[in-house]
Amino acid sequence: MSDDQKIDKTRRNLVVATSVAGGAASIGAAIPFVASMLPSERTKAAGAPIEVDISTIAPGEMKVFEWRGKPVWVIRRTKEMLESLKRVAGNLTDPASKSSQQPAYATNEYRSVKPDLMVLEGVCTHLGCSPQMKPADDKVEMGAEWAGGFYCACHGSKFDLAGRVFRGAPAPTNLTVPPYTFLSDSTLLIGEDKKGA
Amino acid sequence: MKSLLAALLASPTLLLAAEVGYPLDHAPIDPRDLVSLQSGARTFVNYCLGCHGLQYMRYNRLTDLGLAEAQIRDNLMFSAEKVGETMKIAMTVQEGKAWFGVPPPDLSVVSRSRGADWIYTYLRTFHRDPKAAHGWNNMVFPNAAMPHALWKVQAEQSAVQYDATVRDLVNFLVYVGEPSAQSRKSIGIVVLFVLGVLFILAYAMKKAFWKDVR
Amino acid sequence: MASRLVALWDWFDSRMPSVGEEYRKHMSEYYAPKNFNFWYYFGVLSMLVLVIQILSGIFLTMNYKPDAGLAFGSVEFIMRDVPGGWLIRYIHSTGASAFFVVVYLHMFRALLYGSYKEPRELIWLFGVLIYLSLMAEAFLGYLLPWGQMSYWGAQVIVNLFGTIPFIGPDLALWIRGDYVVSDATLNRFFALHVIAIPLVLLGLVVAHILALHDVGSNNPDGVEIKKTKDANGRPVDGIPFHPYYTVKDTVGSIVFLAIFCVVMFFMPELGGYFIEDNNFVPADPLKTPAHIAPLWYFTPFYSILRAVPPLFHSQFPGVMAMGIAVIVLFFLPWLDRSPVKSIRYRGAYWKGALVIFVISFAVLGYLGMKPTTVWGQFGFDAFFLDTKDRATWVARLCTILYFAFFILMPWYTAKDKTKPVPDRVTM
Repeated sequence: MSDDQKIDKTRRNLVVATSVAGGAASIGAAIPFVASMLPSERTKAAGAPIEVDISTIAPGEMKVFEWRGKPVWVIRRTKEMLESLKRVAGNLTDPASKSSQQPAYATNEYRSVKPDLMVLEGVCTHLGCSPQMKPADDKVEMGAEWAGGFYCACHGSKFDLAGRVFRGAPAPTNLTVPPYTFLSDSTLLIGEDKKGA
Repeated sequence: MKSLLAALLASPTLLLAAEVGYPLDHAPIDPRDLVSLQSGARTFVNYCLGCHGLQYMRYNRLTDLGLAEAQIRDNLMFSAEKVGETMKIAMTVQEGKAWFGVPPPDLSVVSRSRGADWIYTYLRTFHRDPKAAHGWNNMVFPNAAMPHALWKVQAEQSAVQYDATVRDLVNFLVYVGEPSAQSRKSIGIVVLFVLGVLFILAYAMKKAFWKDVR
Repeated sequence: MASRLVALWDWFDSRMPSVGEEYRKHMSEYYAPKNFNFWYYFGVLSMLVLVIQILSGIFLTMNYKPDAGLAFGSVEFIMRDVPGGWLIRYIHSTGASAFFVVVYLHMFRALLYGSYKEPRELIWLFGVLIYLSLMAEAFLGYLLPWGQMSYWGAQVIVNLFGTIPFIGPDLALWIRGDYVVSDATLNRFFALHVIAIPLVLLGLVVAHILALHDVGSNNPDGVEIKKTKDANGRPVDGIPFHPYYTVKDTVGSIVFLAIFCVVMFFMPELGGYFIEDNNFVPADPLKTPAHIAPLWYFTPFYSILRAVPPLFHSQFPGVMAMGIAVIVLFFLPWLDRSPVKSIRYRGAYWKGALVIFVISFAVLGYLGMKPTTVWGQFGFDAFFLDTKDRATWVARLCTILYFAFFILMPWYTAKDKTKPVPDRVTM
């Protein structure tokens, strides 16, 4: 190899080496900038789990709490309500909640830890409106077959008392069950699984 | 001429501050001493947080001091519910003004505006003054509206112990002033190392290209 | 793979040939003198700092709140709650001071080598406009953290505009949008700092570089390399900017970044000179700090402002002097009557004048950071002593020397005994 060729080879190698090192350093320098767009501590604190008192919810009643900017429904279900869940199963899009979102401990027939206490995110899985609770006796609006549940006024999606979506609705999946855990019989921690889970 | 300029630029003695006041003691703090920081946090929460908020400091950041969230919740949180909350106080500025004449300032960044030495000397130079409304005066901050909040601690501890208590408190305030200080320095060392490697490669590259320039 | 990239380039180049043309014109076929020395790094470093400030500024704007009640807190929010926020903040604050270090050294190079002289006067003019815009940008930006220094520094400077006869008070009111510096002022300063002046700066930098490339760069010998060309029409003392100076400036940039990072990671406040202690106290319109000082890069001009005594109870003469001290820079190419560009071939008059200028500027800069009482009082009294502060009289002397550098320049540069300038550059 001539001297010129050797010089060119040296130059090329050094350009490659410096570029690679420079590229790696640039990626390192970019990390704090990209990271700065992740949720801040303030956001994470505001999105922290909430402790709610469920002792005052009477059977058949629903209370609404706010968590991460969304409404969270806590419903104390009666025996009749629980029985109705089996009856409507044939009309549901996803009765076993296979494609829907809920924690592992809510992937049962009641979609909850305790059958009588239902926790749901009150956000329609179609385009995000908040459905309204329609009790079983509201046959005028909801029809004779209605066994109780939720109706989304925006585009007509209907959900049962476990948040499962009825066929024919634009909503694709059941209402999401958020993570939650019982701190005691009267206190619920919404937003966090049981410690160690 | 160039050497004159260099001499001028290299004379840092010209840049010393000329502010005259009470001579300040040097605060012997070690920002890496977690035990000292934890002790300072405890002193602050027990004796200062009643009037002085730390509104930019979150309780859960105190895990930096080697504490678990449960420890923070059990020992340091008296008026907050969630560990992600900030260490603010209930007293409003108007209330503070009405009760003290001057609202007790938030101390989140006091270590950056006053400096560690000032706070260290201030907390150790309170003395009795019957003419003052609350009975106290201070050598570093004459006629301060603040009473000697640590009077009981100073009375119960020896001079050496009290100095250590104040040192730990100042250490804590310096940490609160800039919680990322320690990680800033360690990242800096890594960055300089990377730049060193880059310099060697870039310089070799420059020399290779400039060989034929004469 | 390589042939595919070449094909891709050819597709692009055939549709937008100007990209390749501009690259050749400004990089691979821009012939720069081969004898650039240390002083020639600072132009590229200025561009580097501009990019750094824009990038860090964009990310700061994502979390900063330009509201008088929220601004101070939002900066602390960035420092503590935003992941990596503290680093972005320190990059921006260190970069602001670094910008002036680099720009002052860049301007000094022009003084050393006569880079402002014919045919490069226009480059110099664009450059002084850049300097003015940079001062405006820094001043506007400093209000944003809304600390005590931010607030009172802005209050003082806007009040200076108020001293202009006839239009002053109305002008100050218009600038502030209120009777005192307030939320209205903060919001508009934010808009100007984030987009208006940066656009002006970018436009001026482009003009500055285009004007330079049209004429060709100067060099430490002040020799016009275009006068001696080879058979291909290329200057014999020139080398293509790319790869020679791209490679050399890479090294320079890394060294600069290392110094930048030492400051940023280990002493970001630099003893209160880069971030002032008192700016960690939220702005209080009812409490004037004992000692208001602008940041270090403004202090020479602040010194001049303070040194000039009031006339008819107006500080306007001082304001005028401060303004003229900057404006006089525009006239430099026409004040300098020397036939020789570089200090290497100038005589003792110029060298002496430059030394005195630099020392005066530095002393003025130092005094501007301190209260006027920093050097005590004279022991004696006299009828002309409107103030006995020694520092003020030294500042007055330095102000006279500063202006003398420019005002007497047509005389001493014409009279100076110069050395013969070589035809070719010396390495």
